[in-house]
Amino acid sequence: MSTQKIAITFEANKSDSYNMPELSKLQDLVSQTRRDILRMVHKVNSGHPGGSLGCTEFFVALYHELMELKDGFDMDGNGEDLFFLSNGHISPVYYSVLSRRGYFPVEELNTFRLIDSRLQGHPTTHEGLPGIRIASGSLGQGMSVAIGAALAKKLNNDDHLIYSLHGDGELQEGQNWEAIMYAAGNKVDNLISTIDVNGKQIDGATDDVLPLGDLKAKFEAFGWDVLEISEGNNLEAILTGMNEAKSRTGKGKPVCVLLQTMMGNGVDFMMHTHAWHGKAPNDEQLENALSQNAETLGDY
Amino acid sequence: MTKYTDQGKNDTRSGYGAGMTELGRTNPNVVALCADLVGSLKIQTFIDENPDRFFQIGIAEANMMGIAAGLTIGGKIPFTGTFANFSTGRVYDQIRQSIAYSGKNVKICASHAGVTLGEDGATHQILEDIGLMKMLPGMVVINPCDYNQTKAATIAIADYEGPVYLRFGRPKVANFTPVDQKFEIGKAVLLSEGTDVTIVATGHLVWESLLAAEALEQQGISAEVINIHTIKPLDAEAVLKSVQKTGCVVTAEEHNYLGGLGESISRVLATQYPAPQEFVATNDTFGESGTPDQLMEKYGLNNKAVVKAVLKVLERK
Repeated sequence: MSTQKIAITFEANKSDSYNMPELSKLQDLVSQTRRDILRMVHKVNSGHPGGSLGCTEFFVALYHELMELKDGFDMDGNGEDLFFLSNGHISPVYYSVLSRRGYFPVEELNTFRLIDSRLQGHPTTHEGLPGIRIASGSLGQGMSVAIGAALAKKLNNDDHLIYSLHGDGELQEGQNWEAIMYAAGNKVDNLISTIDVNGKQIDGATDDVLPLGDLKAKFEAFGWDVLEISEGNNLEAILTGMNEAKSRTGKGKPVCVLLQTMMGNGVDFMMHTHAWHGKAPNDEQLENALSQNAETLGDY
Repeated sequence: MTKYTDQGKNDTRSGYGAGMTELGRTNPNVVALCADLVGSLKIQTFIDENPDRFFQIGIAEANMMGIAAGLTIGGKIPFTGTFANFSTGRVYDQIRQSIAYSGKNVKICASHAGVTLGEDGATHQILEDIGLMKMLPGMVVINPCDYNQTKAATIAIADYEGPVYLRFGRPKVANFTPVDQKFEIGKAVLLSEGTDVTIVATGHLVWESLLAAEALEQQGISAEVINIHTIKPLDAEAVLKSVQKTGCVVTAEEHNYLGGLGESISRVLATQYPAPQEFVATNDTFGESGTPDQLMEKYGLNNKAVVKAVLKVLERK
């Protein structure tokens, strides 16, 4: 675990009651998940490693610490927290974390993007993969779905939370802003929508493709409670920040987390560039990348 | 031929509203969504009686489709409501990914379909929606013919697990099918037996086809009239049985001939029992402003157009 200072831009004292878990176990999961991602995309020479690596710590924290989950899987998900991935192209991290959380055998990661696989290029319910509740990949649709699931929870008097993740570039899709307006206007306060702010999309920097402007101000102007996690690849920062986000639910506002991440995190040559958004490493690059991430829990 | 009596003109959208009222009272999982068209969709009673189960989405149809998909996760049965144009073409990818591909139990309920929307003009008159929706794998497509049948269909689809497109209209039209009928998804209704020609109709064209069959009877032509309220899955067996008897078919719908009921019938015939077919449908065109009757006349969608098509197809037998 990095000992560098954690910069969190909200008042940290609100989270005093949270007991930080043993981080080494989560860190092992992060390292193993990175290996899974790299090996999955390498095998089929396709897929999206950059955003997956950038969100690895977030997914591990979410599924192994933050979310309250039942054993097994049913589509309705009553009595547990639910997660929706809107930017479905980062399926490698999703699949790896779901399998290592026990939703399906880790060996199945071998089938990623292959014919007859449940692990489609983008996540889908169509092949019945446990853990997935909606297809995503055509961007901009996940927040609406998350809101619907949040409304169902309220109707069912189920006080569990809905989490969602969205790319920052994805916010260029207009449907998001319909959803953002709706959630605030209707006090959907059992929803925590996280934006993966890595500043990059396929064609380059978001600032060059279509500037997103001040996302915090925009969400706040729409009526959301916004908090920022400026070290979105630091487990401790994520856990502290997301627990703060949880504490802000149920107060009449949907909660937005702006999670600043590094695309390609954990593999030096994949960082500080958008080149690995949708490109797989070759044999040599894979070897190099794996050498930077220890096999902690056994490769699939 | 079998005679039918108009019990009093009414709009099919009010049939939807009445169906929703009943569902509100009988099925606690049914929820209604609307994109700022409550009055047009006639669901005020449902809202008054079940305020917690109604979601006013505002003018944001894409968001409505996504929210509907999400509501199914947790066991709700969402019925979305807006005009047919905004229920389909405007939100096609939302339906495709979040509802159809995801296999969600959403009922997409679409009013003001076709040219009979009238004076608002072509921006609001979709004539492509049946084609759009029937092309989506797993999507059921239903276009009932009158008030009673629309009410029955609305109630029936709540008990079907899976995505459904329910298409109805704005104008007051003849209400001639039985009150409180049992609606069977995918089951054609043989309205009148005949021997010379089969008329297969859907939606508003069903009544027009019955009027046409009466006019044809005066000319000594015996027409069999089949109401296809469910375009997908299509009751191919009923169509084949009839065409094997009559030897020709006219299809009638308030929709473009491209992608509509007629093409679905053509496929059945081409692969199983080739026979002459004529289409009563719009001819690859947009609509325009006008009264419903004027538009049905101008675009060849009334009983006179059906008679004309029958005379033409008989020449080809």
